[in-house]
Amino acid sequence: MDLGYLSVQLFNGLVNGAFYALLSLGLAIIFGVLGVVNFAHGAVYMLGAFAAYLLLQQVGIGFWPALLLAPLGVALLGVIVERLLLRRVYGLDPLYGFLLTYGLTLFIQDAMRLRFGIQGQPYPTPTELSASVSLGVVGYPVYRLFVIAFSIAMCAAVWFLIERTRLGMVVRAATERGELTRALGIDVDRWVTAVFAFGIALAALAGVLAAPMRNVAPLMGSELIILTFAVVVIGGMGSIVGAVAAGFLIGALASLGAVWSPALENVIVFALMAVVLLVRPAGLFGAREAT
Amino acid sequence: MRRRDLAFLALGIVVALALPRVLYSALALRILLWALFAVSVDLLLGYGGMLSFGHAAFWGGGGYAAALLAKTFELPFPLAALGGIACAMLLAAPIGYLAIRRRGIYLAMVTLAFAQMLFYVANEWRGLTGGENGVQGVPKILPGLSVGRTADFYYAALPLVLVGLFVAYRIVHSPFGHVLVSIRDNEARAQALGYPTQRYKLIAFVLSGGIAGLAGSLYAIGNSFASLDLLHWTTSGSAVLMTVLGGMGTLWGGAVGAAIVLLLEDSLSSVTEAPGVVTGAILIAIVLGFRRGLLPEAGRAIEWVALRRRGG
Repeated sequence: MDLGYLSVQLFNGLVNGAFYALLSLGLAIIFGVLGVVNFAHGAVYMLGAFAAYLLLQQVGIGFWPALLLAPLGVALLGVIVERLLLRRVYGLDPLYGFLLTYGLTLFIQDAMRLRFGIQGQPYPTPTELSASVSLGVVGYPVYRLFVIAFSIAMCAAVWFLIERTRLGMVVRAATERGELTRALGIDVDRWVTAVFAFGIALAALAGVLAAPMRNVAPLMGSELIILTFAVVVIGGMGSIVGAVAAGFLIGALASLGAVWSPALENVIVFALMAVVLLVRPAGLFGAREAT
Repeated sequence: MRRRDLAFLALGIVVALALPRVLYSALALRILLWALFAVSVDLLLGYGGMLSFGHAAFWGGGGYAAALLAKTFELPFPLAALGGIACAMLLAAPIGYLAIRRRGIYLAMVTLAFAQMLFYVANEWRGLTGGENGVQGVPKILPGLSVGRTADFYYAALPLVLVGLFVAYRIVHSPFGHVLVSIRDNEARAQALGYPTQRYKLIAFVLSGGIAGLAGSLYAIGNSFASLDLLHWTTSGSAVLMTVLGGMGTLWGGAVGAAIVLLLEDSLSSVTEAPGVVTGAILIAIVLGFRRGLLPEAGRAIEWVALRRRGG
């Protein structure tokens, strides 16, 4: 097995992992504070990519400003959705939040399909990052390395926010011991809208990062969300570090496994999930059985 | 069986018999089989408290198996459907075994993921499934009768669907079904009473998978075609949507939901290629507005009217 190919696969895996990590991080934070598993997370990722695409097409705003503006815009949409819809299912069985956001997913995806068609739209790689570097014998696009680095930096920033700030303390407490946090008199609900918007923004950011690599298309997030669910089941949703670590780990493992059989890259993720369910049903980093 | 149940049974059979006369036969067949599919989802969701978001695995697994059996060995369709049921149950056993290790929302995610895994496998295993082309030209065979036309096939498949519905009804109203409901309501208590709750849940999962497999088998043979659509995650989603729309925990609600969703999609198909805008909005409205679903809400409305009239 030649080393160049292996390292390309490893980096490809880390790129996938970068997306898993950003998405599952947002899912975990939202679930922790709202008690809702956001099925629409994949659709939000798609909206982030479309926001970047539209900014470029309609207003001429490029990749770097879009990296900030697109998540902000989508997060604003998230605020409206939280206030109007999600708010009504708090405290109910989490299945209702799941169904509600599934309905939202269908609605958003098909609305975008009506407007933009099923075909993917290309998005240019920012010129500063369009070169490629040599990995031994083969070249590797700089942009992909940037995605890995940026995602790691982002996750580290979120980690810092959560470990070192007052808001972070609330989120951490609510994610790990929701009922107890409320019982101690901490007003978790005050932070609900902000936390939802933040989780949404992370998914939209992942979408912007994906735009130059993958075609911007209405269904681009529909398979990713299912893979992300598998990552979340493997990592355990009760832990924020776990969500990120599991994301990168699974991305890398699946890609390395694909060296052996390329067709099975995605299947490997689900096989890993099966193994984890057998050996450690609560997830690698999950301490308790959450329902 | 109470008188009300008998009345509903009669009404259901009349509707089922009349359906291909009222609608075009392909749509009637679709409604009939999706109704059975949705009932299998409700068996698990409404009575076992388990939301399977991966029932496409059994609908599609059964569909592929039945299509391949009917095509390769030229089997009569009831036998091919039997093979489809067996295949669906064989898939449901390991998936269910793993899925019931988690509960609630996690179980939904796990089943969704495993069904998607099956989708990828079917997509890659072209030698068996034909990949994107699917299994085409599946014959509809029944010795002594010609069931090639969809309308004829509808009436030939109807008894099998009724058997499937009857099995679901019997499961729910058996001692097994009552234990299942008690597990749904309070698993720890059922366990404390000495019931092996995991085994009960697994059996329910496999039975539900088998019924979904029957529906999927007849669907694939009826369309002469098994494709990746059968296994797609939106197929699982639609079945859940129909169940919730009709009312979970009512068993027959899913059939009502199936009829409504399919009629709606059929009338929308000439207007738009993206029915998700409408079905998605309906699901949102159901979750926010009337969570019990249409069947129970209609029942309440009828009772209310009756009460008003009696009161004068």
